[in-house]
Amino acid sequence: MSDDIQTLLDRLPRLGEGVLVTLEMTIGGAILAMVVALALGFGSRTRTLWVRGPSRVIVEFFRGTSLVVQLFWLFYVLPVFGYELQAMAVGIVALGLNYGAYGAEVVRGSVNSVPRGQWEASTALNLGQFHRIRRVILPQAWALMIPMLANLLIQLLKGSALAYYIQLHDLNFFISQLRKATSDTIFSYSVGLIVYFVIAYLLTLGMNALEVHFKSRLGAGPTLREVLRVAPVPTTEKAGAA
Amino acid sequence: MNDSIWDWDTAWDVLPDLLEGLKITVIATVVGMVIAAILGLIIALVRRSGSRFITVPVRFVVDFIRMTPLLVQLVFAALLLVPALPPLAVGCGVLGIHYATYMSEVYRAGIDAVPKGQWEAATALNLPRGRTWVAVVLPQAIRNTLPGLGNYAISMFKETPFLFAIFVVEMFAAAQRYGANSFSYIEPLTMVGLLFLAVSYPTSLLVRRMEKRLA
Amino acid sequence: MPDQDDRHTDTGKQTGTQTGTEDIVTTDKTEGAVPAIEFRDVVKRFGDNVVLDGLNFSVAQGDRVTLIGPSGSGKTTILRLLMTLEESNGGLILIDGVPYTHEYRGEKWVEIPEKRRRVVRNRVGMVFQQFNLFPNMTVLENIIEAPVHVLKKSKAEAITRAEELLEQVGMSEKRDFKTNQLSGGQQQRVAIARALAMDPEILLLDEVTSALDPEIVADVLGVLREIAETTDITMLLVTHEMQFAREVSNRVLMFDHGQIVEEADPETMFTNPTHERTKEFLKAVLAH
Repeated sequence: MSDDIQTLLDRLPRLGEGVLVTLEMTIGGAILAMVVALALGFGSRTRTLWVRGPSRVIVEFFRGTSLVVQLFWLFYVLPVFGYELQAMAVGIVALGLNYGAYGAEVVRGSVNSVPRGQWEASTALNLGQFHRIRRVILPQAWALMIPMLANLLIQLLKGSALAYYIQLHDLNFFISQLRKATSDTIFSYSVGLIVYFVIAYLLTLGMNALEVHFKSRLGAGPTLREVLRVAPVPTTEKAGAA
Repeated sequence: MNDSIWDWDTAWDVLPDLLEGLKITVIATVVGMVIAAILGLIIALVRRSGSRFITVPVRFVVDFIRMTPLLVQLVFAALLLVPALPPLAVGCGVLGIHYATYMSEVYRAGIDAVPKGQWEAATALNLPRGRTWVAVVLPQAIRNTLPGLGNYAISMFKETPFLFAIFVVEMFAAAQRYGANSFSYIEPLTMVGLLFLAVSYPTSLLVRRMEKRLA
Repeated sequence: MPDQDDRHTDTGKQTGTQTGTEDIVTTDKTEGAVPAIEFRDVVKRFGDNVVLDGLNFSVAQGDRVTLIGPSGSGKTTILRLLMTLEESNGGLILIDGVPYTHEYRGEKWVEIPEKRRRVVRNRVGMVFQQFNLFPNMTVLENIIEAPVHVLKKSKAEAITRAEELLEQVGMSEKRDFKTNQLSGGQQQRVAIARALAMDPEILLLDEVTSALDPEIVADVLGVLREIAETTDITMLLVTHEMQFAREVSNRVLMFDHGQIVEEADPETMFTNPTHERTKEFLKAVLAH
C-alpha cells in the first residue's frame, strides 16, 4: 500500500495532466453544448416551420443515437469524408452535440415555463425580439434551468471518460496507467473514481452557486454573498447534491 | 474496393452481426433495469426510514456512484470479477447499480408526491405502518414513477455501448469489431446509430404519451 | 383569462418586406377628426369559437372608454388585439388612422411586419390584471427598461422621469426593491408607472384591480383617477368597478357575444340602460 502511494505521488504531475484533459473535454463540451442547446431550444419553439422542424429533428437525432456511437462515428467515419479532427476536437464535438440536444429540451422547457404574462408585458413595452429574450426571459429561465443543466454537466463529465478510447490521455487513461504501475486494481481505480467524484462535486458546487445567484436576482432566496458568508444565515437546505 | 463511400453489400453483410448484438443490448437493458428498479426502491426506502447512521453513508455511496463515470465503474468491476463471472453479468450488474442511484431519486420524488392526506387517512383508519406503505403509498408512488422508469430505461439502452469496454459484444461492439476487421467503419457505425434511433425514438414517444396520460 | 397555447410569441419573425406606406401616410393626422382607435370589421376566432364577428367601433383622441359585459363577451380580446397579444382573423385595426396589425394590399388582407408594428406600438401602453412586472429587475429597472432600450432615451433622463412617476403613484421609497418584495397593490402601481414611462397616447387597462385585495383597490383606482384628470391619454378600460367606470370614463360600451349591444355616457348606462342584456348584466354585477 505504501508502495502504491509512493507510485501515485511520483505520478502526480501526470495525474494533473490527465485531469486537465478531462476538464478541457468537459468544459469545452459544456460550452459547445450550451450554444447548441440555446440555438436548438429556441429553434424548437419558433413559429416558423423551417426553423422548428430541423431543430426538432436534430434534437431527436442526437438524443436518440447514443453518445458512444456518435463519438466513434466522428472518430472513424468523418476522416472518410476528408475531415480529420484532432481527438480532442472529436471528443468536444461529440459531447457538445449529444448533451446540447438534451440541453435544448431543458432550454425549451424552462423558457416555456416563464409565465406568459412576461412575454405579454415585453410586447406591451415594445421590447424587440432579442432584447426581450436577453433581458426578460432568459434571466428568469436560467433560475429554472440551472439545476437540470447541472445534472447534464455531471453526465457530460462522466461521458468524457470515453476520451481514453480515442487515444487521449485523460483521467481514465491515468487510472489504467496507475494500475499497470502498481498492479493494484482496487487502489488505482479507487483513486481514479475519487478524483472524478471530487471534480463532479466541485462542478456541482459551482452550479449551485450559479443557481443561488440567478435566484437572488429574481428576489427569491439569499444572495450568493449571504450564502458564502462565514456564519451563513440559515437557509432551507437544498435536497440532493446533484 | 469501390469508389462510393457507402457500400450496400457491406451494410447487408454486417446487419446479422448487429441484430445479434441488438439482442445482447436488449438483454442488458432489461436485466439492468430490473436490478435498477428493485435496488432503487430499496435505496429510497432505506434513505427515508433509516436512522442518520444509515442514511448518511447510503447517501454518500449513492452520490459517489451517481457522480462517477459508468465507464470507469464497468472496467473496475470487470477487472475484479470477470474470470469468476461472465462479462455480460458484470455489465448488467454495474448498469443496474448505477441506474439504481438514479431510480432512487425517482422513487423518492414519487413517494413525496403522494398527498399528505393519504398518510393521514391511513392513520385515521389505524392501518399498521407496513400496510400503509404496501397498500396505500407505494401503489400511488410507483404510478408516479413509471415515466421516470421509462426514461431511464431508454437512457440505459443508449448507454449499453459502454459495455464494449469490458468485451461484451453488444450492438456497438459488434459494429466496431466488424469495422476493425474490414476497415470499413461507415456502414456498421452508421447503422448502429440508426438502429439505436429506431428503437429509442418510438419508445420515448410511448413514454411521453404515458407521461401525459399520468399527469 | 383565455389560454391559447403559444400565441404570445407571435410578434416578430414575420418575413416579407413591404414599403407600400405612401397611401397610408396621407390618411394620417388630418384635422384631429381621425379617431385614436378604430376597429373595422374585425374578426377574431379561437378555434371554432368566434369571439368578434365583424366588430366596428372607434375611440376619439382623449376619450375614456369603459368596456363592460359578461366574461367571454370579447372585451378583453379587444385590448389584447390592440396590444398585438392576439392576431385578428380579419378586418382592420387602425391607430390614428393608420393600419396597425393588418392591411389590404389590393384585395389581399396581409399582416403588417413587426418592424412597422413596432413603430405604432410605441404609442400604446397596457396595464395587466396580473401586473407582469419583470422579477429579475428592480422597480426602477422595470420602469426605465423600455424608455432606454426602445425609446433610446438617455439613462439619466429615463431615471428622472421614472422618479417623477414613482412619486406620482406613491412608490418612491420602493425604487430599488425587487418586485416580489412588493404587495399586489404596490406592484400594480409600479406597473402603471412602467406603462406611463413610455408616454403612450393610448393606455389599455385590463381588469387592473381584479387580482387585488378589496382594501387595496381604492389606492390603485386613486392613482388611475389622477392620471385621468391630469393627462389627455386616450384610455380603454375593462373593469368590473362600475363606480370607477362612472367617475373616470366618458363613454361606456356594453358588449355581448362580440357585439356592442349598447353605448352611452356612464350616467345613462348605469342609471337608465335601455337594452335588456345591459339591465341583466348590471343587476348581476351590482348585486355583489
